[in-house]
Formats: sequence, structure tokens, C-alpha cells
Amino acid sequence: MSAEAPPAEETIASPRPVRGSLPRRLVGRPELGAVVGAVAVFVFFSVVADAFLQWSSFSTVLYASSTIGIMAVPVALLMIGGEFDLSTGVLVTSSALISSMFSYQMTANVWVGVGVSLLATLAIGFFNGYLLVRTNLPSFIITLGTFLILQGCNLGFTKLISDTVSTKSISDMEGFPSARKVFASHLTIGDVEVQITVLWWFALIALATWILLRTRAGNWIFAVGGAKEAARAVGVPVERTKIGLYLGVALAAWISGQHLLFNYDVVQSGEGVGNELLYIIAAVIGGCLLTGGYGSAVGAAVGAFIFGMTNKGIVYAQWGADWFKFFLGAMLLLATLLNWWVRKRAEESK
Amino acid sequence: MSTSRTSKASQTSPASRKALVALSDISKYYGNVKALDGVSLEVHAGEITCVLGDNGAGKSTLIKIVAGLHQHDGGTFAIEGEETRLGSPREALDRGIATVYQDLAVVPLMPVWRNFFLGSEIHKGRGPLRRLDVEEMRTTTHRELLRMGIDLRDVDQPIGTLSGGQRQCVAIARAVHFGAKVLILDEPTAALGVKQSGVVLKYVAAARDAGLGVVLITHNPHHAYLVGDRFVLLKRGAMAGSHAKDGIALEELTRQMAGGSELEQLSHELARTPAPDLSGGVAKG
Ligand SMILES: Nc1ncnc2c1ncn2[C@@H]1O[C@H](COP(=O)(O)OP(=O)(O)OP(=O)(O)O)[C@@H](O)[C@H]1O
Ligand SMILES: [Mg+2]
Repeated sequence: MSAEAPPAEETIASPRPVRGSLPRRLVGRPELGAVVGAVAVFVFFSVVADAFLQWSSFSTVLYASSTIGIMAVPVALLMIGGEFDLSTGVLVTSSALISSMFSYQMTANVWVGVGVSLLATLAIGFFNGYLLVRTNLPSFIITLGTFLILQGCNLGFTKLISDTVSTKSISDMEGFPSARKVFASHLTIGDVEVQITVLWWFALIALATWILLRTRAGNWIFAVGGAKEAARAVGVPVERTKIGLYLGVALAAWISGQHLLFNYDVVQSGEGVGNELLYIIAAVIGGCLLTGGYGSAVGAAVGAFIFGMTNKGIVYAQWGADWFKFFLGAMLLLATLLNWWVRKRAEESK
Repeated sequence: MSTSRTSKASQTSPASRKALVALSDISKYYGNVKALDGVSLEVHAGEITCVLGDNGAGKSTLIKIVAGLHQHDGGTFAIEGEETRLGSPREALDRGIATVYQDLAVVPLMPVWRNFFLGSEIHKGRGPLRRLDVEEMRTTTHRELLRMGIDLRDVDQPIGTLSGGQRQCVAIARAVHFGAKVLILDEPTAALGVKQSGVVLKYVAAARDAGLGVVLITHNPHHAYLVGDRFVLLKRGAMAGSHAKDGIALEELTRQMAGGSELEQLSHELARTPAPDLSGGVAKG
């Protein structure tokens, strides 16, 4: 044990902290499992599906990844902060519905609807977080409640207002073209067509990584997820941090929701159910611990990329879609096993 | 941030000595359960006050009031002569009161340096580029731990990989570094072996020598007697005694802590058990 007073030479020998050896540091990264998995999945589909290696396929894969990834990144932060959110899938739909119906009913510029939707979505996120810190109930229960409430509202209000299961078209309204540019356009880089959601996704990854690793808030997120009471005892504002995480999820749900609306013009009110699990799966494959306190935004993004590759790879390989779930499940188990092993190493000799 | 390493001026003139923290006649209820009743305690700079008592005596409750996690229901709580009521641990920290808990001292999966600076992070840059000064924090952590004799080559390792004694030392070093005037330790040696306990007690003494007022909570009268200047005994939430070190011997302290006559009763009961080597050991204590 090195807590004994060390000999003087040793003290002089290390006046500055040393970083661990490269392999040791790599093993300590939460993304490791996901990156290994991503390479394996990529190689696998490159071999079995000829079409997989074309640029156009790559662009399709990226798009599929981004639709999950935009949500997986803040969901990962939330999980690092030790909480769940089961309402994310339907919240995306709610956000799109609010935007569309407000614009249509108030016959205003669609941007007004987009703005109202932002406020409403953030309010729902705040509600989740506030209820959590006030009641100390498990977030699983609270967000299961919001999940059901939102699902009911999505279907009920849509039926009530437009008398069908989907919203009315808003494509001829003022502001629609510009909103579509922001949320649902694409640009061409070289030979590759890149959907704008991919840019949103990358921006969110960068922002989340910056927050996690280079800001005080990131330190707090790891701490409230890893040991809430210890964090509170050294003065970390636990409540504010958790509410902030739910607001982050809501912000991403708003972006996703607006993409949904402006990409398809009409919104199906039953959409989104089940997606919350995909976001969580991507975050877990990416190295987030279900128990909180550990994980990374990049990992979750790689998890989403694995989702995209598998989802489209199966189509290119011309297999039945049934196999998609099989792959996803296998990846989830393998990645979790690897993460479990890493955690055991990190905590051993505790 | 860490400039206020306490001066030793307060120790020199006994007349002007004001207690850093003074609790008098404190009571605390958890619903209908009376956890504390009429407890008094003073903490002075450069002194170690030990709080002793059996399980459930109210030791943790007492220090949680000082640490800002709980509020007292009766009596007075003064910091440097000024009566207060702390609303949060953050407030206690801002007033110079740092607490190291046995079980919730650190976040195991976080790197050592992130733990060290948790809640008191250092920044650099401005505006949107304002960010954590990682290098500064890593070097400071390394340096401060080295000063306590812990040579961690890799401050990026999760703190959960350190031994229990080392983790306690990191938490103590953190409190000293951030200029705490009062350091509260809740059973820092409870889970430790003899050797590691010794290391922790050494740093407790080092903190005292640096001029901090220390409150040490322990089950172990031997540990308390090694470093303590004053001893406060709690029994079922009430004061069972308050002694200066020169006013009480270790044997007496041990006897009082175990509840005097109860121990005699126990040794009497154990004396009738057939194992001879055991009865010899207990009768002596
Ligand atoms: N949050 C709480 N709610 C209700 N009762 C509590 C709470 N915390 C402590 N108590 C009760 O208050 C009394 C004193 O508890 P406390 O934790 O202060 O004892 P302690 O001296 O620290 O014991 P130990 O040596 O076991 O740590 C006990 O009877 C305990 O059951
Ligand atoms: Mg206790």
C-alpha cells in the first residue's frame, strides 16, 4: 500500500502525475465495447452484403443512425446521471404533434408552432425531473407514468382535433420551407448525400462530450449518478443537475420531433412507442451503466451507429427484418458483458 | 480559493479563544424519535474533539447538524460566536466546515482528481470556452496527495481502486486543501485495519497541526485517546460525559464508553463460559 510515507527518491521521481499506459487507458474507456462491436458489425456486413460498401448505403446508414443517435446522446447523459426516461419515444411524437397542430389551428407561421413546441417539450422534461427530485420515486416509475400519459394525449388530442390518427398537412403554410431546411434537408458532400439530422447528431455529440468532460456540470453528472449522497455532501446541487438532464433529453426530443414533422409533413399520432428502448439500448451498448455514474456520449453515438448499420445491413443482405432484433439483442448482451467486466476491474480492491 | 489556510493566531491567547463551532443543549427529532437531547459540543482551532458512543447513540445525527445535512430542533448552534442554522452542505462548506463521511466520502467510479475537486472545480478560459482546467487539477491533486505521503502515479484511476485508508486520506487532503477551518470525520477508521487506521490518524493529527478544529467520531476509545484533546460521550442521544484529556485515563474512557456496570455484567456472564483463554482477555478490559 502506497499510503505509507514513500522514500524521498520516489517523491522526486514523480513531481507530476503520470498517465497510465495506453492499453490500460483504452480498457478504461467506456466506449471500448461499442467500438469493437461497431468494427465487427461493419466487417460482417461488408462481407455478407455487397451493397453495404457503397457510398449511398453509407449515407442511408448514417441517416438511420442519426435518428436514433440524436436521442441516444442525451439519454446517455441522463443514464450517467443515474436516471431513466421511458417517455422519450412518445415525447418525440408529442413534440411534433404540438408543433403541427398549434401551427394548423392558430393558422400562424409554422415557426410559431415550432417555438411553442420547444417550450411545451421542455416543460414536459422539467415535469419529469421536478417530480423525480421532489418525490424521490424511481425515475422508471415516474417516466413510465409520463410515457402512458403522453401516449394517451398523442392519440386522444389528435383524434379530437383532426378526427383521424394523423395531423393535417401544413406544407402550404408560411415558414414551412425554411423550417424544412433546418430540420429535414440534406446536403451533398463529395459523393455522399448527408441528411441534416446527421449534422444535428454530430453537434449534439460534440456538445455532450464537451459538457461531460470539460465543464463543472459534467463532473456533477458523473457524481450524482455514481454516488448521489457523496455528491450532495461536497456541495453538488443534485436536484438542479438531474432536472437539467431531463431538460437536455427534452431538447433533443424537440429536434427529433421537428425532423419527424418537416420530413413527412404529417405526423402519425401512434408513432414513437418502443423507441425509448432503442435509445437506452444504444446508450448501454455505448458503455453506460444502468446503475449510473459511468459512460460516454461518444459511446452512445457509436451504439446508435451500430443500430444504423444493423438496421440497414440486414436490408442490403436481403434477409428478413426479423433478424434485426436478433442482432440488436446479441450486441446488447455482448456489450453489457464487456462493460460489466470493465466495471469489475474499476471497482476491484475496493 | 484555497488561500485561507488557517492561521494559528487563535491558539496563542487563551483569553480571546472563541470556539469555531459551539453547540449547546442541542436536540433533534426524527418524527417522534428523539435522536438527540441536550447535547453540547465545542470545537477549537488546533484541537481534536472526539465524539464517542455506542451504535445509535446519535453521533452521526450530531455531526450532520454541523455539516448542514440536518437542522436542529432545539438549542443553539454557533459558528465563531454567531448563531446559525445551516440550510445545506454547500453552506457549511462556504462557512469552512468540511465533513468526511465513512460511507459517502467519494464517488468510486470517478477519477481521483475529479473526486478531489468535486464541487469546487477550477476553470480557465472565458465565455463559451470556459472550461475545466484539467491539467491544473490533475497536478494539484497529485501534489496535495504527495504532501500527505500518498504517491499516486495515476490520478486518472477511479478512486474506487484505492484502499479504504487511502480514500479517507484523499477526502481529508481535499478538506485541508480547500481551506476548511473545521474538519468533521465520521468513523474514519471503522472499516480499516490497524496499519491503515494508523495512517488515517496520522493525517487527522496533521490536519490539527495545520490549525484546523477537528471533530472525530469513533467507536474506538483507543483511537480517540491517541489523538483526542476532548472527549464527548453520547448515550442514547444524551450526554454521558465530557472530559478533557488530562481529566480522564484511557481505562476510564473505555469503561464509560462501554457503559461501566454493563461491561462488568458482561464480563461476569462471559466468565462462566467454559473457554478459559477468552474469559481471561475480557476480564482485563
Ligand atoms: N433519517 C433518520 N430517520 C429516522 N431515524 C433516524 C434517522 N437517522 C438516525 N435515526 C435514529 O436516530 C438515532 C441515532 O442515530 P445515529 O445514526 O445518529 O447514531 P450513531 O451514533 O451514528 O450510530 P452508529 O455508531 O451506528 O453510526 C438512532 O436511533 C437511529 O435509528
Ligand atoms: Mg453513525
